[in-house]
Amino acid sequence: MSTTAIEPAPPPTRPRKRRSALRWHNTLRGWSFIAPNFIGFAALTLVPIIILFYVSLTEWGALGDPKWIGEENFTKLFTRDMRFRTALWNTLYYTIVHMPLTLVASLGLAVLLNRKMRGAAFFRTAAFFPYITSIVAIAMVWNLMFSPDYGPINQILRFFGVDNPPGWTVSSTWAMPAVIVVGTWREMGYYMLLFLAGLQTIPRELYEAATVDGAGAWSRFWHVTVPCLRPTTFFVTVMLTIGSMKVFDLVFVMTEGGPGRSTLVISQLIWQQAFAEGDFGYASAISVVLFAICLVLTLIQFWVNRRAER
Amino acid sequence: MTAATRRPRRARRLRERIGKGVLYACLIAAAAFLLVPFFWMLSSSLKQNNQVFTIPIRWIPETFKWSNYVDIWTKSGMSDWLKNTMILSVVVTLLQVFTGSFAAYGFSRIRFPGRDVLFLGYIATIAVPWQAYMIPQYKMMASLGLVDTLWSIILLQAFGAFGVFLMKQFYETIPEDLSESARLDGLSEYGIYRRIMLPLSVPAIASLSLLMFVTTWNDFLGPRLYLRTPSNFTIQVGLKVFQADPQGSSMYGLMFTGSVLSVLPIAIIFMAGQRYFVEGIATTGMKG
Repeated sequence: MSTTAIEPAPPPTRPRKRRSALRWHNTLRGWSFIAPNFIGFAALTLVPIIILFYVSLTEWGALGDPKWIGEENFTKLFTRDMRFRTALWNTLYYTIVHMPLTLVASLGLAVLLNRKMRGAAFFRTAAFFPYITSIVAIAMVWNLMFSPDYGPINQILRFFGVDNPPGWTVSSTWAMPAVIVVGTWREMGYYMLLFLAGLQTIPRELYEAATVDGAGAWSRFWHVTVPCLRPTTFFVTVMLTIGSMKVFDLVFVMTEGGPGRSTLVISQLIWQQAFAEGDFGYASAISVVLFAICLVLTLIQFWVNRRAER
Repeated sequence: MTAATRRPRRARRLRERIGKGVLYACLIAAAAFLLVPFFWMLSSSLKQNNQVFTIPIRWIPETFKWSNYVDIWTKSGMSDWLKNTMILSVVVTLLQVFTGSFAAYGFSRIRFPGRDVLFLGYIATIAVPWQAYMIPQYKMMASLGLVDTLWSIILLQAFGAFGVFLMKQFYETIPEDLSESARLDGLSEYGIYRRIMLPLSVPAIASLSLLMFVTTWNDFLGPRLYLRTPSNFTIQVGLKVFQADPQGSSMYGLMFTGSVLSVLPIAIIFMAGQRYFVEGIATTGMKG
């Protein structure tokens, strides 16, 4: 490769031709760096995403080719399919409870830990640990901890005087709260780390100035910490919302959507429809809806954040 | 100093001490909530099957049944599962680190038309859930005959946008002057990547490697979808076998033992490289 890729001052003669050759050169070089990743990325992510939209407008069984049926899948989805409605509702339920709960828990932990104290490092490790361990292992363990009769959780509840502790994963009312508890348990350490990183960027002088002005701990939290953390909070909210809307493996391992359909979420409905029932066209239509929900949520949050910054 | 000023100071000190006590109480409660499931998992892996559920709860097994850790190798496909998981995690990590850092160099240091649009495309897909495009992807893999082979998982994981994103964030912190003077010294772009950027980005590579290894090790949905023959399973799919077993209750001990075996390597890696995990998350998280 030549070494004249970027020259400080091009020679005065015939600069235009020289420049376009340089540009061509750079394009080639740029692509040579990107290609090894891009080819795999395009083939396995980009192309499937594009194909998805076409498949959602077809009928496609386990065998044979997709057959064009227009918006039929979407009509069925929004007007006749009760399972989809249940799944959408359950997903919203999970999101609406899990998102604020995790946000508050992780921010609270981060604020508590953001000081010089003994044991902080140990605690950070402990909090982050659930997030990096296998979801199958922890979901199975929690499942057994939740067992209604002999599980440790209900034994502890009985010890504290709860006579009729909930049936958790075998009760259609309590299965979702059980899943949410595990979801929050698993993720709060991760978001705590993000908040801790955010807290460390807040200048100490701001707190000192607030203290001089007579602000108490609570008022310092609301008037210094919360506004300064806005970028982090924004990012965490986006991640949490999208993560909640696409929740799947946790539900898959803990309850498989049951009992009944009480924890059936959108992702699981897609999976069932496609790989258990071989109805790939219809499943793709549900995928498009999931995709659209995630996209819209992200855009709304970007928009809200931009307005708040003004 | 008068008595009047001494009293509020003593009161303040007392309040500080109480505050500290409350703080530690909160943190200890939270730590218990976070760690008890792991403790229960470990203790149950050393119990007889019929000792897992007892009233009252036994946190420490009556007799330690170490044989669970011997039996699991003969009574299940654990050795195959561990081997497969290891192969996948290592290959995926290597591919992701190599192609990701290479592409990141192109995105951060070479100016060419269409570059920024292309990068935006990369970033946009991070927000798209895998569940949304798993169907077309599955059909493509099926038509290539890759279902039920480890290749499917390698392809699935190795070319994600995450590695490109993380490495680009890091390269952006390395001053351009360095590459500039290397160019004047006659180094090609490939030379700059290999001799300057790679050595300087060792911490970022460590972060990316650890995160990728752990993600691939823990991945459940991909392997669950693609791997069908028990000898092709990864440890996560294998664990589910214990749970799905019709005579489930007789397998409790092995189930917990399997869980410990799937968590242990990750725990060790995490303890050893904690700093890199945190940094990796901070660089990708905070600038997103």
